[in-house]
Amino acid sequence: MKNSRILYITLIAGVAVATFIVTGLLMNITERKQEAQQTYLPLAHIHEDTVDPAEWGKNFPRQYDGYMRTVDTQRTKFGGSEAFQRLDEDPRLRRIFAGYAFALDFREDRGHYYSLKDQDETERTKKRNQPGSCLHCHASVIPAYRKAGGGDIMKGFEEICQKPFSEARKLVTHPVVCLDCHNPKTMALEVNRPGFINGIKAFKKSQGIGNYDPNTMATRQEMRSYVCGQCHVEYYFAGEKKLVTYPWSKGLKVEEIEAYYDEVGFSDWKHAETGAGVLKAQHPEFELWSQGIHARSGVACADCHMPYKREGAMKVSDHHVRSPMLNVERACLVCHPFSAEEMKTRVEIIQQRNARLLIQAEDALLALYDEVKAAQSAGVADGPLDSARKLQRKAQFRVDFVNAENSTGFHAPQEAARILGEAIDYARQGQLAAARLAARNSKK
Amino acid sequence: MIGHSGLPLILTLAIGLLLGLGTYTFQFAKGLAYFSNDPAACANCHIMNDHLASWQKSSHHGEATCNDCHAPAAALPKLINKADNGWNHSLKFTLQNFAEPIRIRQINFEVVEANCVRCHLDLTHELRASLGARQETRCTKCHSGVGHGPRR
Repeated sequence: MKNSRILYITLIAGVAVATFIVTGLLMNITERKQEAQQTYLPLAHIHEDTVDPAEWGKNFPRQYDGYMRTVDTQRTKFGGSEAFQRLDEDPRLRRIFAGYAFALDFREDRGHYYSLKDQDETERTKKRNQPGSCLHCHASVIPAYRKAGGGDIMKGFEEICQKPFSEARKLVTHPVVCLDCHNPKTMALEVNRPGFINGIKAFKKSQGIGNYDPNTMATRQEMRSYVCGQCHVEYYFAGEKKLVTYPWSKGLKVEEIEAYYDEVGFSDWKHAETGAGVLKAQHPEFELWSQGIHARSGVACADCHMPYKREGAMKVSDHHVRSPMLNVERACLVCHPFSAEEMKTRVEIIQQRNARLLIQAEDALLALYDEVKAAQSAGVADGPLDSARKLQRKAQFRVDFVNAENSTGFHAPQEAARILGEAIDYARQGQLAAARLAARNSKK
Repeated sequence: MIGHSGLPLILTLAIGLLLGLGTYTFQFAKGLAYFSNDPAACANCHIMNDHLASWQKSSHHGEATCNDCHAPAAALPKLINKADNGWNHSLKFTLQNFAEPIRIRQINFEVVEANCVRCHLDLTHELRASLGARQETRCTKCHSGVGHGPRR
């Protein structure tokens, strides 16, 4: 009697546990089915002036969550998102940037979340006067442009660029946010940076395409690179108005950009050691990528830097924009059928080669400086020395083009090596020219 | 205090409830579909959406469905394979613990390879003969786009 009672109670308990599990499974399936609908709940009204990403996050919590993760800082082998001082890492840079604000402070940039904070904190802004142009990319600036231009973004852009940085800074509140890549009504990708819109138009014109408008003429896949190319590019502040300008009217290759600068007669600064008028490359990721095999194969920035991930049954692009080296599984393995370790090794081999060649090129530059200085103290006149200075300008721009670019050569390995090869050649040519002049002078 | 005769009644009710709930869950999760050959069944759990979509863009779309390549052709091995994969998939998808990107397991890779040969035996027998005993070249190593369309 007692035994059968225990048996019954055990069975009831067993069935209860089974029912519990089945109900849990049913709820789980229901949840996944709902996720698969990919619906979104418009809780907040998003419009063209909504710069606060938290507002967008009410409607798109997953994307917002990813974006907020850009507060994380993590180093990769050659870069990453930790603000280490690159001048300490490679002291050659202090001489290379002699006389320029980058000799004061050249910290590695952090994630999107910090784009405005980094600008506020850099010694380049604190110890030197900068124009409002910087905000073109360091802040979510379009609403401020629209306001300053009385509805005309281009006009506001021109106005704010020429203001002093400290004054223009008061007009913006947020770093790079949702609004900078997305249309607030449709959520479609959209470019809005005047510098990019003008620049890509000039570039397309050089290829025979008139009046190019990326927002209406680019494919979705192109837009997945263009939104990044709004800022991750080479630029300069043109003229007295300090207008942010992308030097693309002759093409995107380093020598085409250089030809543009030569034509308009632009130099970023006068090198303190040699007196040469030299150029500072910014961060030409878009340009170098465009010369590489990934661009050629139609792989966009977002494919590797914001790869798709799954959350439950949802497919979300990872808004934690970062080095693919911190996310190799999702970034590389979707296309490359190898192990994560293998892919990481491949990338590091490329970067290691590039880093080594870069140091050789920098050493060649320093040798050129030494020779020019020796020639100066040997009494060589400025006029003849200009030939060496011109070669320095060429070498220096190439070295910096690869150094300032944030992939350590990976975006286009062979192109990066070509550029550095040319840089070494020009630097040594300049060194020779200065040495010859010095020798001729001492014979007199 | 429940009387002595009350326990069998409670057990009967509980089993009935479990059966009802279980049947509903099975139906809600489209459990029967997994016995079919319908490619849509493979995307029941949403993870396979992209695979289904890329298959629709592939050259084999008109000739072969999921099971033609991914399940053994013979009836019993097919059932065993489906049970094995079905258990793994539902467990991982429910508990959400799996590595991305999803990669085919060796055992399933062998199934695919065998199915390539099943249809393309005549076309490939000379090639396969030349490989000798090791047979290490795999069809999909070069023909990776035939089942799921070209990569981006």
